[in-house]
Amino acid sequence: MTMSWTWLHKLGSPKWFYEISGRWLSWLAWAAALLIGIGIAWGLAFAPADYQQGNSFRIIYIHVPAAFLAQSIYVMLAVAGVVGLVWKMKLADVALQQAAPIGAWMCFVALLTGAIWGKPTWGAWWVWDARLTSMLILLFLYFGIIALGQAIGNRDSAAKACAVLAIVGVVNIPIIKYSVEWWNTLHQTATFKLTEKPAMPVEMWLPLLVLVIGFYCFFAVVLLLRMRLEVLKRESRSAWARTEVAALVERRS
Amino acid sequence: MSFSSFAEFLAMGRHGLYVWSSFGITLVVLALNVALPLLARRRYLQEEARRMRREEMQ
Amino acid sequence: MSNVFLLLAMHEARLLCRRPAELANPLVFFAIVIALFPLAVGPETQLLQGISPGLLWVAALLAVLLSLDGLFRGDFEDGSLEQWIVSGYPLPLLVLAKVLAHWLFSGLALVLLAPLLGLMLGLPASALPVLVLSLMLGTPVLSLLGAVGAALTVGLKRGGLLLALLILPLYVPVLILGSGALQAALQGLPATGHLLWLASLAALAVTLAPFAIAAGLTIGVGE
Repeated sequence: MTMSWTWLHKLGSPKWFYEISGRWLSWLAWAAALLIGIGIAWGLAFAPADYQQGNSFRIIYIHVPAAFLAQSIYVMLAVAGVVGLVWKMKLADVALQQAAPIGAWMCFVALLTGAIWGKPTWGAWWVWDARLTSMLILLFLYFGIIALGQAIGNRDSAAKACAVLAIVGVVNIPIIKYSVEWWNTLHQTATFKLTEKPAMPVEMWLPLLVLVIGFYCFFAVVLLLRMRLEVLKRESRSAWARTEVAALVERRS
Repeated sequence: MSFSSFAEFLAMGRHGLYVWSSFGITLVVLALNVALPLLARRRYLQEEARRMRREEMQ
Repeated sequence: MSNVFLLLAMHEARLLCRRPAELANPLVFFAIVIALFPLAVGPETQLLQGISPGLLWVAALLAVLLSLDGLFRGDFEDGSLEQWIVSGYPLPLLVLAKVLAHWLFSGLALVLLAPLLGLMLGLPASALPVLVLSLMLGTPVLSLLGAVGAALTVGLKRGGLLLALLILPLYVPVLILGSGALQAALQGLPATGHLLWLASLAALAVTLAPFAIAAGLTIGVGE
């Protein structure tokens, strides 16, 4: 038990995080670039077209990974919030505030690709489909967290308030999702769901899997990039951060 | 390969506009997400370099 | 504990009596928003009746939200919030008492005004009990969720718009269930299912929201 606790506190130390994340970053970046490159080429050129939707079906290869990521990032915000509130780990606060904009961007991508996909499928740019509607509400939830973080001046209180809001949001998301789905079945706007496939053949879902993993790696890369900068700024008074900044400045000039 | 020619690949069977625009926008957003923190980092290092130079002069 | 609840409720009542505008403003807002819609979409009874469930619910939701801005601000500024925290009473129970006391005066008034506005929108009298019941079950949830936002923005000078931004997405389930109940009643279908769901949401909100409100207030005071 003591082992795991020292590990947790070590992970919470900004210096240790900065060092270890520097080592992970290039590997993750390569993995993300490779997986996304292979996945997009596979999905665009080699996967078979859908017998009903034709080639517009290929939008699934970015719509679904972005939607997955948007949802998991929100859950991650809440987990980071719990860690930050319970164990007072500063790094969790940094992760929460740096991940929120990425999640909002992914939500935006999912909504936009969903809308573009909707045009050839439903004949309209926007249909109040259950999934798209819940994704829109998720985007609003992200906006709330970002706005609250920016409105509160004190950095620690901002992180704590965002943590509480993220936890409240995560408790509400399943309720929102179910209520929106139920509302949708009552009103029957869209007769045919975008991503609901009875059984997707392997050559269709394999590139999707590659892209989903690629998007997760991409998220890790961007999150680490943002967190490393924020850690450097926050620790600018400590010796290690000063030497690191000095070395980076040296290397640039 | 599910297309017989490059022109067919670009056309995406009448859905070219939708497929290419959504992939294009997604790639732009992904690139933006990488570029923004990198630019912010560069700005921060420039500021720090200026500050260090000022401190050296004093 | 019931003592504390009574005291807080009396305190709230005294405050509202001293400033009756605070009680009246959300009600007037509710009535004005409802009156704007016939002017905007036209006075056809059929159309108005069709959209009245959504109208009444959206207007009620906004009125509740507006009444909550500044729910804790007075207590925050005069230092009574800090006294609550150090008083030794569990803070979640205190805030629950405060929010319910507030609902008892402002939310309940809204529920009582709604049938009148519903009649003006052409709702048949048979749908009015469902309207009152759904608002009776739904507005406490709106108050409790809104209080979470009010607690998180307590230390901010201008929290109003931010409060709406934070909390409106969380109001979606209540809105869907509440207006769904009324729509079912309009079509002559039983609305019991909707009302039961609303009741379970209310139970969930009463048990969970006070903890979030207490956490938000503690952060605001600690700032």
